[in-house]
Amino acid sequence: MASLTAPAGAAPASSAAASRNGTHTVQEVESITIRFCGDSGDGMQLAGTRFTDTAAILGNDIATFPDFPAEIRAPAGTLAGVSGFQVHFSSNDIHTPGDVLDALVVMNPAALKTNLRDLKKGGILIVNTDAFAQNDLDKAKYKSNPLEDGSLAGYHVVRVAVSKLNKEAVRECGLSPREQDRCKNFFALGLVYWLYERPLEATIKWLKDKFGKKPDHKPVLDANTAALKAGYNYGETVELLPVQYKVAKAKIPPGQYRKITGNEAIAIGLVAASHAANKQLVYSGYPITPASSVLEDLSQPEMRRHGVKTLQAEDEIAAIGVALGASFGGAIGVTGTSGPGICLKSEAINLAVMTELPLVILDVQRGGPSTGLPTKTEQADLLQAMFGRNGESPVAILAPQSPVDCFDITYEAVKIATRFMCPVFVLSDGYIANGSEPWKIPDVAKLPKIEIIHATKPNADSANGAVHEHGEGEGGGAGKFLPYKRDEYLSRPWAIPGTPGLEHRIGGIEKQDVTGNINYEPANHEHMVHTRWKKIENIALTIPDLDVIGDGDADLLVIGWGGTYGSITTAVDRVRKSGKKVAQAHLRYLNPMPKNTEAVLKRFKKILVPELNSGQLCWLLRAKYLAPAEGYNKVQGRPFLVSEIETAIANML
Amino acid sequence: MSATALPTLSVKELTTDQEVRWCPGCGDYSILAQMKKALANVGVPREKMVFVSGIGCSSRFPYYMNTYGFHTIHGRAPTVATGLRLANPDLQIWVVTGDGDGLSIGGNHLLHVLRRNIDLKILLFNNEIYGLTKGQYSPTSRTGTPSKTSKTGSLETPIRPLTIAIASEATFVARTVDVDVKHLTETLQKAAAHKGAAFVEIYQNCKIFNDEVWAYATDKSVKADNLLYVEHGKPMVFGKDRNKGIRLNGLKPEVVEIGKDCGLDDVLVHDETTEDPTLATLLSRMVGPKFPEVVGVFRSFRKPCYEELLDKQIADITAKKGKGVVADLFKAEDVWTVE
Repeated sequence: MASLTAPAGAAPASSAAASRNGTHTVQEVESITIRFCGDSGDGMQLAGTRFTDTAAILGNDIATFPDFPAEIRAPAGTLAGVSGFQVHFSSNDIHTPGDVLDALVVMNPAALKTNLRDLKKGGILIVNTDAFAQNDLDKAKYKSNPLEDGSLAGYHVVRVAVSKLNKEAVRECGLSPREQDRCKNFFALGLVYWLYERPLEATIKWLKDKFGKKPDHKPVLDANTAALKAGYNYGETVELLPVQYKVAKAKIPPGQYRKITGNEAIAIGLVAASHAANKQLVYSGYPITPASSVLEDLSQPEMRRHGVKTLQAEDEIAAIGVALGASFGGAIGVTGTSGPGICLKSEAINLAVMTELPLVILDVQRGGPSTGLPTKTEQADLLQAMFGRNGESPVAILAPQSPVDCFDITYEAVKIATRFMCPVFVLSDGYIANGSEPWKIPDVAKLPKIEIIHATKPNADSANGAVHEHGEGEGGGAGKFLPYKRDEYLSRPWAIPGTPGLEHRIGGIEKQDVTGNINYEPANHEHMVHTRWKKIENIALTIPDLDVIGDGDADLLVIGWGGTYGSITTAVDRVRKSGKKVAQAHLRYLNPMPKNTEAVLKRFKKILVPELNSGQLCWLLRAKYLAPAEGYNKVQGRPFLVSEIETAIANML
Repeated sequence: MSATALPTLSVKELTTDQEVRWCPGCGDYSILAQMKKALANVGVPREKMVFVSGIGCSSRFPYYMNTYGFHTIHGRAPTVATGLRLANPDLQIWVVTGDGDGLSIGGNHLLHVLRRNIDLKILLFNNEIYGLTKGQYSPTSRTGTPSKTSKTGSLETPIRPLTIAIASEATFVARTVDVDVKHLTETLQKAAAHKGAAFVEIYQNCKIFNDEVWAYATDKSVKADNLLYVEHGKPMVFGKDRNKGIRLNGLKPEVVEIGKDCGLDDVLVHDETTEDPTLATLLSRMVGPKFPEVVGVFRSFRKPCYEELLDKQIADITAKKGKGVVADLFKAEDVWTVE
């Protein structure tokens, strides 16, 4: 998705007035942002997902943002239990789920109270009036009924008795009253489909695929289909609004597309990389939000066909131990978690650093410290990944910038881990893990190759077979295997147990270089500390340079990393469209950074670093390059709004 | 096992060039020596043997075996060994741990590796003390044990390693003694032959910090009265004069004198093959001086291993639907084409 055009949620681009029945119009708009929200039991995630799929199939560009509470079912109707799903769909190239809402669907007062602030003035507010009894208002801590006290005057309020109308529609389908009520998300979805002139076919097909196979699911299939149609027809019949909105297809590069979330892309990326490397993938994790779905995806029966082995470990430490053991055994060992899990894995990460084995460590970051905000996003584990272990402990760190980029970054992580025999962090975050966007399905033949060469025979020659300069002890002599004899990148050989003649021992105690024997010599230790750093720095020789986009001759560079890419890119684009000069760079490689990073930073008078933390990349850039970097920071468990970054940029110009 | 076609190794071939750094008189020397003897004839080539350890005196073991080896971190050897097993079904993997490493810091992993029945041979060198950190009490130290961190005696109830292993559904559970070289060698060979998680407790003497803690089980003048060597299908008879036995009184075992209290027929007969944990649990809870302590194989039976079941899942679905190719990964519920 290369270029940007108009701001998200823009005003009507044209007002093509294809009148439906003479009394109302259809307006064509560029982008729409809509949020479905209700109680966490109201099925809002599902309604949002279905709406997104329909938009994608119709050819819109899409970006989504699910926002749900940590509690699985907080008491019904309370503020803590509100679950929302936001969809941004557009006829243009978009990078974020949208700042402000054009339309908001609320299924109860709690949803209204917690989400109204994001609806634009004059925006459409669809309210389920059946959920506004005194009891409901009390649970949401409303002193007066907002539907009656005039507090919604600035919005276009659409009152619909969703619960009652839905029950009428599904009454004949053979469900219990409770089950009937659970179809109301599809009634609301139908209503919104009408509002945006969306066909129902894709959703009906989905329902058939899901519930059409077993006869005892028939009532569920019938009822949801009926609710969906009833919602649509209700909108049409009562002419709910004088205007329907239409969003045309986006100009998207031709190809086959699917929708993908960051975590899905990680799972697929790992398996694709294991194919490219012709290796078995062993993934071990312990359930933790928001990383669990990677373990879930990889343990699916379909993944077994790819030879994927998974183990749900007894704890975070076991999970990384299993992954590291698998790497020792010649597989691609991967573990995944979130920040609290990284804390527990620290010691084992250092074992991988010391034994110089390949290992991919996925950290889907969430709000911290401690348990923090399990379902909310944050970028606050960068310095933990960089430094959070005992001793000097260099690891490679990569960060995907979007849901789609999770595929490429994960694939790259496997490549680096196996080429450089080192642990590689993938720092994703809750925002891109759960968010989705269209993914152009890659051409398998064009995926990068991953070539792995295992040691198969002894590597000692007479020159290094004797005593090594950095320590005493036996070297071995020609015909021996030297597990720490390094190649041009300082990477050591990967000899798999089972290979005759290469028997060797590794471990966490300091090693003599070349021989791998235990060694406590002062000079050898210093040499090994430096060698481990140098090896990680050598990765920079194989990664792409940092690109500068926007105005190369600007005074200001905006530089970010990870999941903030979409917001920063959109903000920079808007500022440039307003006639001001600004440049942008985004780091996908955090350690080592691309080799031209310093040169890029030196070209600009001012550097702005927006981050969802208190300034961690900013700290690194200042420390490494003495760059005059200034942070723009937000630590609220929420992604940046584009407007927030626009303001931060404006303040620097 | 046919002896002819299988490789045999010499003790020398299994010895590395590394200097052994245990204290003089340490029980570990005996275990290392018997291990080499035992492995010389198990029919597995050197390159297919791997020793994985955690942290502690016992965990230096891999450095002295000329096989593949991984000296991991404190308590975590079972996890690393599990990963290794998943990656490679073809290896014979030994986990060497101690009472602190295996039952304290790594206690959790031990439960889970056993219940998953990962095909690993786990040796727990029990010396009832922390040796490498120089003499603090361990989770197996007897109540009242004076140590550097329990000057006035340990206040804790010790863990019974084999009771834990049995409760964790281990499919092979045995106990042996460091200086009983014949029994030790045989037990190691039995563990080597077992398919599944094998757990062996070895009474091991720490010369420096807990010397003589196993004297009752090693001193020739008293050990026959203090140890009960169990064998499958044989009555549980012990004592210098082979005249003492174990009889069940209700749910409680009791020591009886054969010929005086009862006949040989009344003595419990050992059954190591039963999956029912009752007998093995009962034996694991017999502690001196009231009872003889049991050495030998407590239980040994075959049950599918986690990795076998996983391989079967992979084989079954692959047979049914074919091996996955990369393009399959990219499929989704909805795929659309942009012209």
